[in-house]
Amino acid sequence: MRTIDDSILLEDPILGRVFAAEFARRNAKALTRRGFIKVTGIAGGGLILAFSLKAGAIGKAFAAEEKDTSGGVDLNAFVQVRPDGKVRIYAKNPELGQGVRTSLPMIAAEELDVAWDDVVVEQAWLDEKLFGRQSAGGSMSTPTNWMPLRQVGAAARTMLVAAAAQTWSVPAGEITTSRTKLHHGDKVLTYGDVAEKAAKQPVPEVESLKLKDRSAFSLLGQRITGVDNLKLVTGQPLFSIDVNVPGMVFANYTKAPAFGARVKSANLDRIKQLPGILDAFVLDGQGEDYTSFSPATPIYLPGVAIIGTSTGAVFNAKRELRVEWDKTGPNVSHDSWTAFAKAAAELGKKEEGEAVNGVVGDMAAARKNAKAVVKGFYTFNFVAHAPMEPQACAAHVKDDGTVEIWSSAQLPGQAATAASKLLNVSLESIHLDMKRGGGGFGRRLNCDYMTETVAIAQRVRKPVKLVWTREDDMTHDFFRPGGFNSFTATLDENGKMTGFQDHMIGFSRSGKVPAPRGPATSTPKPPATYFPAVVTPNVRLTQTNLVAFTPTGPWRAPGDCTLAWTVGSFLHEVSTAAKRDHVEFLLGMLGEPRWLDPGNPSAMHTRRTADVIKLAAEKSGWGRKLPSGRALGISFWFCHLGHVASVAEVSVDKQKHIIVHKVWQVADVGPIVNLSGAENQLQGAVIDALSAMRIKVTMEDGAIEQTNFHQYPVRRIVETPEVEVHFIPSEFEPTGLGEPGLPPVGPAVCNAVFSITGERIRTYPVTEQGFTI
Amino acid sequence: MLLKINGQEHVVDDAEASTPLLWVLRDALGMVGTKYGCGIGFCGACTVHMDGEPVRACSTVASAAQGRDIRTIEGLAKETGELHPLQEAWIALDVPQCGYCQAGQIMSAAALLAKTPNPSDADIDAAMAGNICRCGTYVRIRAAIHMASSKMAERQTAGEKV
Repeated sequence: MRTIDDSILLEDPILGRVFAAEFARRNAKALTRRGFIKVTGIAGGGLILAFSLKAGAIGKAFAAEEKDTSGGVDLNAFVQVRPDGKVRIYAKNPELGQGVRTSLPMIAAEELDVAWDDVVVEQAWLDEKLFGRQSAGGSMSTPTNWMPLRQVGAAARTMLVAAAAQTWSVPAGEITTSRTKLHHGDKVLTYGDVAEKAAKQPVPEVESLKLKDRSAFSLLGQRITGVDNLKLVTGQPLFSIDVNVPGMVFANYTKAPAFGARVKSANLDRIKQLPGILDAFVLDGQGEDYTSFSPATPIYLPGVAIIGTSTGAVFNAKRELRVEWDKTGPNVSHDSWTAFAKAAAELGKKEEGEAVNGVVGDMAAARKNAKAVVKGFYTFNFVAHAPMEPQACAAHVKDDGTVEIWSSAQLPGQAATAASKLLNVSLESIHLDMKRGGGGFGRRLNCDYMTETVAIAQRVRKPVKLVWTREDDMTHDFFRPGGFNSFTATLDENGKMTGFQDHMIGFSRSGKVPAPRGPATSTPKPPATYFPAVVTPNVRLTQTNLVAFTPTGPWRAPGDCTLAWTVGSFLHEVSTAAKRDHVEFLLGMLGEPRWLDPGNPSAMHTRRTADVIKLAAEKSGWGRKLPSGRALGISFWFCHLGHVASVAEVSVDKQKHIIVHKVWQVADVGPIVNLSGAENQLQGAVIDALSAMRIKVTMEDGAIEQTNFHQYPVRRIVETPEVEVHFIPSEFEPTGLGEPGLPPVGPAVCNAVFSITGERIRTYPVTEQGFTI
Repeated sequence: MLLKINGQEHVVDDAEASTPLLWVLRDALGMVGTKYGCGIGFCGACTVHMDGEPVRACSTVASAAQGRDIRTIEGLAKETGELHPLQEAWIALDVPQCGYCQAGQIMSAAALLAKTPNPSDADIDAAMAGNICRCGTYVRIRAAIHMASSKMAERQTAGEKV
């Protein structure tokens, strides 16, 4: 029989969570609410620090844009130094493959001077009052947590040093630390030895903390394997789909092929008689505007729930399900990719859209004075996220009014809010256990699958696990919207780009273009991130939207994942028309080395831009002679605070088959936290970008036409190029890597294809132009 | 219905006979390491071994597994807890991102190495072509299979010397 020791409890996925919640509740009460860093005791002794996320410059810059669900209470995540010498660090943010469960604790461990082997990482549950904002999106986990995690590590170290100074009766300034140990001359103590004494030391003021010089980092920048890897390679439960609760039943939910259609009738009596089926019922859904990104709103579509004794039984029954859908909804005969593309081709002939998004200088004058005018019309399809784990969630709406939810979510706070609104219960009565997500890419920013589960659980009154089929997942996504860019550029007699104009054609439910962010003005500026609009003297950005009912949402590097391709390809059209080398052309656009908006991390820096372009050119041997049918292509993009240049070495055969032999990825995202994780993100971004060149989602009569991987050819191992990654460890604060590595890859490949074939790829997927890749 | 999984016999309700092996493993037996990805044998997330051959558990009815030797990711390491060289290499090279597909990847790779202990890149590509990784960890999967292959060769040489 094992003893009920809290360390064992914390390792237990069910009991551990219950304990941790109780532990937190008790300690939250005991903590004082003054100062930034707080200390508390622990059963069994030791030092625990809770801290407030004191936003650094980047955190502040983004706080205004994001809804704060933390309730303003200033207690945050824990670092615990225990008498056994183990250091427990809570990983507060959702993990979906971006590596934060490993990298964020590394940041605190560095300042604490703890050996990584002594660190135990625990997944935090959802409690934004305790842990601060818990989210995964926008590549923001690293920049927003960098400074607070360093501070809490440094505070804990300071208190341990103070405790050792007391023990040895020596000045604290004479004590050094390394790898979970304190040293003074020949004397050595472990952190565990002084943990209890450290808990009694005064908590240092944040301002008094001395953080390490970056040159003194010993853990950050190393290759550290993921903290969940042992569990992953031995098949232990980690994901939502793996949740197993005593008494649990299994569910699936079938929605209409055309978004928004309601259930008219269904063969529920037949379904209920099938083996392993416990119940089947219709839900009316909730919320009319299911098309847009609204994570805290309890929206879900009408459909049929099937409840059974196993997911297998439920999926078998789903095949027998016959539903007659009400065909009166607005979308039932509306959305059609064929019609969209036709309408956009007409609209694209106009250089000017309905709404103006950004103006610099005078584009009309630039055109009048131009030596040459270059035009290009680009088309890209809708795509699905298709994370390897289809949407899954378990929930238990209990008779005592409390609710348990087990799920992965990129915005767990908003998801819990949506559930509380749907059930009309307080947010406090909802407990959300954050499971590892089997891929996100933006899909799990929306929480429709969780709202569905809660709605089903409300009726079932037992623990119930909803699992979507792959077909459910692919046809009921919040898709990356397709779109169209109609570009015009002007060149002067020196081959310099003097003007840049874009008529973007997009989609919205109303067909209207939302007003640009910021104060209303007759001439809005282009977004600070929009390269090359930020470095071109005359710019005009306009937009027209088509009406669409198909739900859309963020997809890895939203906006940038497509804009980088269209702009990055068009710029190569411009440099080609100017008869200039593309590297020289790109560098020539940048002007003096400068931060375009000093101190604003979301503004591009021309020196960092030039540095990544130059290093990518150098590492790839830009300009070297290649065999016939082979070429290099380069592209640069700035987004999500990251400067990245990609070079692709490509060949194209007579059947127009594109082979990507090698990709060089060069990024400046400041200092690297976990080199292994960082490289993994940039390697994976290459694969994802190459997938995006040949996948598409189309719709007719409001229904998605692709249902599973046989119609959605994401890349496989056989097509994997060599990938070489380089980081420029600049002096700036670190920024995230989930997103900025993807955008420049596609245009780099397409630019190489042009250099080989003379044919410009202006349509994604490239198969639309007769290419294969 | 009797199923032999990872060397142990499990009694499964006959009603499950027509259910895919995947859901019998996951829901009836609680072995959730084998993952659901597509249900049509196109992604490889559910790869298990049947008499040493890699099969897609989503497309194999449970009754077809009767009398066969089934091995899942949970049974790849030795009973002593010693990891398979592939599992060690996966950790050493930090292959996973989200990690969801990796059990299937490792099972496909284990079947490859059992037959082809020293695979070329082309052998790896052929054996692993049925496994999708949406995070795009293929560069590392290749490297990890080579690493495991070398480790196995080293151990065999060491074993022969003894």
